[in-house]
Amino acid sequence: MNLQEIVNSLALEVKTPELDLNREVTGGYVSDLLSDVMGNTYQGNVWVTLQIHLNIVAVASLKGLSGIILVNDRKPDGDTMKKAVAEDIPIMTSPLPTFELVGRLYALGLRCR
Amino acid sequence: MNNSEEGFFFLTGKDFTNAGVASSNLKGVLERRGVRQDIVRRTAIAAFEAEMNVIIYAVAGTMKYRITDTEISVTIQDMGQGIPNIELAMTEGYSTAPDYIREMGFGSGMGLPNIKKSTDSLLVNSVVGEGTTLEFLIRLKSGDKEQA
Repeated sequence: MNLQEIVNSLALEVKTPELDLNREVTGGYVSDLLSDVMGNTYQGNVWVTLQIHLNIVAVASLKGLSGIILVNDRKPDGDTMKKAVAEDIPIMTSPLPTFELVGRLYALGLRCR
Repeated sequence: MNNSEEGFFFLTGKDFTNAGVASSNLKGVLERRGVRQDIVRRTAIAAFEAEMNVIIYAVAGTMKYRITDTEISVTIQDMGQGIPNIELAMTEGYSTAPDYIREMGFGSGMGLPNIKKSTDSLLVNSVVGEGTTLEFLIRLKSGDKEQA
């Protein structure tokens, strides 16, 4: 599945318009613990979290994730967005709470892998 | 021909702005050398966890690496508070991180266990009040240690 399709389907707000969203999403993962994400995600996964500080970009970049979706309308810090653009990690936001958002991602066909 | 390569990075305690940069650079070195993807992935996990430990707990430290045709060895040495009980620190879920660190999603007690899981060998030496040295090794031709 393509990240742009996910953005369109779930009406996500893209916080990094500089970045190309035509990239393959291999699966999804949900966690607010960074070590959990480091240990258990796979390349191309999209990551759902409520963490907004810039270290989420370092984690996503190191793991080669396809993007980060922030829930509950959480706004990324300014530094986070700058770093996200520099590291080519798209950040999107949704007003939905995590449960609702992940349910929709699952319904679109994304799995944890 | 000797095809080994080494280098090092400085790490600064509490510098969350640059947290992950050393691990990211190391990952870049491995990718340029054409190291197998699963091995790059395991090295990145271990290096990042070790780097974050220095950022969170220590005043400063260094990350040194050496890559040969057969293995990657990484040594992270810090001037920090030290670990009083290494066995306890290796226990999944055990953490001494303060609340503000936990709120950032760090300090969940998975760091050292993640490093152990991702590497072929891990040595931890620590002196309370002086610092910690962590040395791990990942074999380039190892089988499938684990999928993380």
